[in-house]
Amino acid sequence: MSNDTVLALVVITALAFDFTNGFHDTGNAMATSIATGALGPRVAVAISGVLNFVGAFLSLTVAATIASGLVDSGVVTLTVVAAGLSGGIIWNLLTWLFGIPSSSSHALIGGVIGATMAAAGGSAVLWHGLVSKVVLPAILSPIIAALIAATGTWALYRITRSLTDGARKHGFRVGQIGSACVVSLAHGTNDAQKTMGVITLALIANGSIAKGSNAPDWVIVCCAIAIAAGTYIGGWRVIRTLGKGLVEIESPQGMAAESASAAVILLSSTFGYSLSTTHVATGSIIGTGLGKKGADVRWNVAGRMATAWVFTLPSAAIVGAISYGIAYGIGGTFGVIVDLILLAALSGYIYYRSRQTKVDHNNVNSEWTGGVAPDKVPAETAAA
Amino acid sequence: MSWINLTALWKIIVFGLIAGAGLPALFAGGLYTLSLGPNRARAAAAGADGGDSDVLLGGSIIGMVLAAIAFLIVLAAIGWSVYEIYTLGHPAPKK
Repeated sequence: MSNDTVLALVVITALAFDFTNGFHDTGNAMATSIATGALGPRVAVAISGVLNFVGAFLSLTVAATIASGLVDSGVVTLTVVAAGLSGGIIWNLLTWLFGIPSSSSHALIGGVIGATMAAAGGSAVLWHGLVSKVVLPAILSPIIAALIAATGTWALYRITRSLTDGARKHGFRVGQIGSACVVSLAHGTNDAQKTMGVITLALIANGSIAKGSNAPDWVIVCCAIAIAAGTYIGGWRVIRTLGKGLVEIESPQGMAAESASAAVILLSSTFGYSLSTTHVATGSIIGTGLGKKGADVRWNVAGRMATAWVFTLPSAAIVGAISYGIAYGIGGTFGVIVDLILLAALSGYIYYRSRQTKVDHNNVNSEWTGGVAPDKVPAETAAA
Repeated sequence: MSWINLTALWKIIVFGLIAGAGLPALFAGGLYTLSLGPNRARAAAAGADGGDSDVLLGGSIIGMVLAAIAFLIVLAAIGWSVYEIYTLGHPAPKK
């Protein structure tokens, strides 16, 4: 079954998801550099955007996991993919509104799984693949990242204990920028591939390419551009939560956190785990708080994030299932179009809400006063 | 088929520690040797006077050479890893 109109719509939606993925996750790479002042906010997002673009070309392993390892690609139709993407985008935008660094990957995977279940029942989901390639890595990766970051933090302070505070800060800023750049590259590698995987899934569903194919070149290029553009726009709300909300960070901690994130993300990508860069980055930042004496981890903020993580897969799955229901109920190309119009309307509304408590490059580093970032922003803008 | 790929898990932990904590530690070692030398005593004195110098260069040539080597190893390791990922990440299409 081939339907080029729907295919085009799905590709556009997928690229839109990739874009939200970029701006939702800018913070994973750049939050600590922005928080310590190692890089200006605008410069940071520009560098991160470019490196995400480059990173997208590095590897295809994760794309293969998404395209073939999670759902039975035999039952996947374009409508399923469109509905799944809608679920992913809506969850991404909602968590961004509240400044919660939740996983874009889980949003996407949850959405696709929900839509698949709505379309073909639970047996179409490869549960083993889901648990072993997505759920377990989601639990293990932040712990591993935290362990590595804590070790690194301890070592960095120990080795440079004879340096003056000023010299240490100065020196590690360079290292922090370097390691943040590697994380951006890793993010492009890991996350852009997820969208590539989904578009590949759509192309297979449409019969445009053979089952088991790699992502075609134009898909790789488009995904690279979308994620880079999203990154450049900068998800300031999430950056703020990660950089200021969790732990107050100094430059050696920033470097330790970024290095740990980069190492874990790149190693896992190599093994085809589509783990969440967000979970890893958050684990690393918490780890760096644990590795330094006297640093406080704001566990209430961490707890709120963890809650959002648990809900991400099922919530995105529910939205994915609902949008499949709508598209299926109406039927045909028109059903998919109605879905996407609803999606655009909801996205517009969320964006409108976000403007009312704006976080941007001007106030991203304002003092953390507790609570969800947007609540406090008007007061901070007034103070700044 | 097992639920957890233990081989991958230990590899991620061990190589993660080497790359994610070891390389920054090497960088820190470079900063340390960079700070060795006559200027350091002065900086320390300034620190004792209540000022906080952010001068990093200690002035020792050997220290600077060691630091340069450390920084180069870090850069080379990053470059090599990226290259490895590129090679591993583009397998020939299956079937």
